Amino acid sequence: MDRIPILKMGQFLLVTIQVDLYDRLALNLENDLINMVSKTGARGVLIDISAVSIVDSFMGRILGNIASMSRIMDAETVVVGMQPAVAITLVELGLTLQGVYTALDVEKGMELLHDKIGTIEHPEDEEEEAPHDDID
Amino acid sequence: MQIVREQDVVPFRNRVKEFATKIGMSLVNQTKLITAASELVRNMLKYANGGKILLEIISKNAQTGVRLTFIDEGPGITDIKQAMQDGFSTGKSLGLGLPGAKRLVNEFDLKSKPGEGTTVTVTHWKNGR
Repeated sequence: MDRIPILKMGQFLLVTIQVDLYDRLALNLENDLINMVSKTGARGVLIDISAVSIVDSFMGRILGNIASMSRIMDAETVVVGMQPAVAITLVELGLTLQGVYTALDVEKGMELLHDKIGTIEHPEDEEEEAPHDDID
Repeated sequence: MQIVREQDVVPFRNRVKEFATKIGMSLVNQTKLITAASELVRNMLKYANGGKILLEIISKNAQTGVRLTFIDEGPGITDIKQAMQDGFSTGKSLGLGLPGAKRLVNEFDLKSKPGEGTTVTVTHWKNGR
């Protein structure tokens, strides 16, 4: 049966969707990803959809499911690389991918994941943000 | 084009893309049309176990567009008004398929007789208007 490969990189799982998904394939991916999260104890899932030209309500639901399921398994999900035309279409369709983190590209997605699980220290940022004036 | 199983969906989407590209439709409008088509073909498979789709390039008032007609002989839709509401679904989905598809295309027509089947016609013009 067709499967989309899942790569493990440190404490993250990486998925690059390079083919047009039909429903069965998307469901397999959902299943495989959740099993991988459980097996590897991954803390983050990064899904690259830059090669995906169509995200319809089914695919959108699968992305949402993956995010909710992995959150329950203590992993965050970031979807990266969405094409502008896909974003326009999704919103008009009525699907806003609530609860799914997104980032423009893989690099920013990785940063976001590190931020979410707190593996990167930002000494500079902290210094800048530290002296907070309380504005009421 | 005959649609009988899930694997037929990807070739069908590619055909729609071919048609849209042929008339020079912009990428955003192509994406909208293909996404709408994808929603409708899924409905057809899910509720009617497949059916036929007619793909046409049409012209009206110096406008060119792609028209898709989805014909199935499934159970039909009893309450069309309800089926066109966001979030209504008799299956286990988000209920965005029909109303979402309608929002994505320029013209949308749904005819259904319970027990006889459903025909959905969508048209999307080259400039998306």
